[in-house]
Amino acid sequence: MGRRLNIPFLLLLLAAAVAAGIALGPVHLSPAELFSPRNRAILNMRVLRVLTAVLAGGGLAVSGVALQAILRNPLAEPYLLGTSSGAGLAAVIALVCGAARLYLPLFAFGGAVASIVIVYLLACGAGRMQEKSLILSGVIVSVAFSAVIVFLVSLSGEKVLHEMTWWLWGSLQVYDPKLIVLVSLPVIIGIAVIYFFSQDLNALSIGEEESMHLGINADRIKKFLILVSAFITAGLVCVCGIIGFVGLIVPHMMRLLAGPDHRRLIPLTCIAAAIFMVVCDIVSRTLFPPLEIPAGVITAIIGAPVFIILLKSKRRAL
Amino acid sequence: MTPVLEIEGLSGGYCGADVLKDVNLKVEAGGFLGLIGPNGSGKTTLLRFCTRVLAPRKGVVRFHGRDIRGIGLKELCRETAFVSRDLPGGFSFTVMEMVLMGRIPHLARLQRESRRDIGIAEKALELTGTLEFRDKYIDELSAGERQRVMIAMALAQEPRLLFLDEPTSHLDIGHQVQIMDLLKRLNRASGLSVVMVMHDLNLAGTYCERLALMDNGRVFREGTPQEVLTFRNIEAVYKTIVLVDAAAAGGKPHIILVPGEK
Repeated sequence: MGRRLNIPFLLLLLAAAVAAGIALGPVHLSPAELFSPRNRAILNMRVLRVLTAVLAGGGLAVSGVALQAILRNPLAEPYLLGTSSGAGLAAVIALVCGAARLYLPLFAFGGAVASIVIVYLLACGAGRMQEKSLILSGVIVSVAFSAVIVFLVSLSGEKVLHEMTWWLWGSLQVYDPKLIVLVSLPVIIGIAVIYFFSQDLNALSIGEEESMHLGINADRIKKFLILVSAFITAGLVCVCGIIGFVGLIVPHMMRLLAGPDHRRLIPLTCIAAAIFMVVCDIVSRTLFPPLEIPAGVITAIIGAPVFIILLKSKRRAL
Repeated sequence: MTPVLEIEGLSGGYCGADVLKDVNLKVEAGGFLGLIGPNGSGKTTLLRFCTRVLAPRKGVVRFHGRDIRGIGLKELCRETAFVSRDLPGGFSFTVMEMVLMGRIPHLARLQRESRRDIGIAEKALELTGTLEFRDKYIDELSAGERQRVMIAMALAQEPRLLFLDEPTSHLDIGHQVQIMDLLKRLNRASGLSVVMVMHDLNLAGTYCERLALMDNGRVFREGTPQEVLTFRNIEAVYKTIVLVDAAAAGGKPHIILVPGEK
């Protein structure tokens, strides 16, 4: 049955990954050197980075789990609601207007929230929300915003283009600890809320009317959880940019390994995605030092083959 | 005694257009009612009003004398359950996981199923003859097996009233009889009231105590199978000529189609 994976085991793996993430880096340092006061800055930077990876992995994957269950669509992923392009557009506007780098995350968060609101209102047009119209409005808003992003970038030259690349490929380097604390709020609260509704997600995943016949107020809970997962993504996208693949693939991997019961699936996915993200980040930093490969590239390069192997070995449909 | 289900002056439908027009129906406790009628006559819609998926524009639906809009959705689902015509899609749950979902209305969020809940689910599996599949994935089963699992899930809710929407439409005659026998047994043994939408008039006439023949959003005739399944009623509603023969099926009306082309 392959449903033996357990949380303590994964937590141990996560601890090992975090330790490795702090120990390894483009600069080789022994543990004694790393903890000497001289290298304080490097240590701080690595700790922040690993923490960001844990948050980003866990948050994106749990957001993906929830959306896949609510929309009953295996292609659902955290950026489905236009959060990434909304945040991106706001960031470009901030850069073009010459706003200080400091305000960028704030702008981005505003943009992400604005796009969620637009997509949501478009989808809810007439009474009960339809899954299809939500997915479609998400795609439409994303395409429109992306076009404006490209338009603005092409008008404003090299500097903005350079500033924007980290965004489009995702980056886990955050320089300000306060920012991490701020972002961790929506992410951690969001994950907890989604976990609280895990039984509802089980019922919703078999069908909207079916869940109503089990006493679940499907329409209200669906809308609420979609907003919660969107806020997790909005919080993350404004500091990390777009990190693809984690939120789409890790939920599927864990469903293959641990089954679709969300009461198990959500904590397992959260921890597994955090491990996955930390490992991907280690690779991205240490493969070609001092160059750094964008996070989104590594998640896809490592994630795709792992996923294919799993899918083949389980011989089970999603 | 208060009827288990009482529908009074019910009108309503989707997006402003009324599908049901002034429907009145009553089901006594321990009753077995079949809803029959042509496609689009409002049978499934009527069930949707009874389970609060839709809200009526006019009229009330009462469960044991209480307006169902005044009963919490979760509380209502501890008393009534629904088996749909469509087999569930979605992720690959095991049969046991699926049937345990029937316990959701009885559990608080994040509350684990107790031994008792598992016992109830096992009993529901046993009743429907699906205990042997308990660790199989739901999508590995045949349509008939899956439909029985869905009935087991509804039974795990421990309802006093069970709604079914054409539960036998995907099944061969062997499985049809098996499911109908099961429902009849539950109805007799534990006093479970049953309201089901059916297309097969002979099956409906054989198993249901009472039938409601629906036509164009109204109840055309309600009564025992003998009263409802007359060639006149069927011709008026289905616009089809049939022969009704009571001798062949031990007093129960038996409908024989008369083809228009020879």
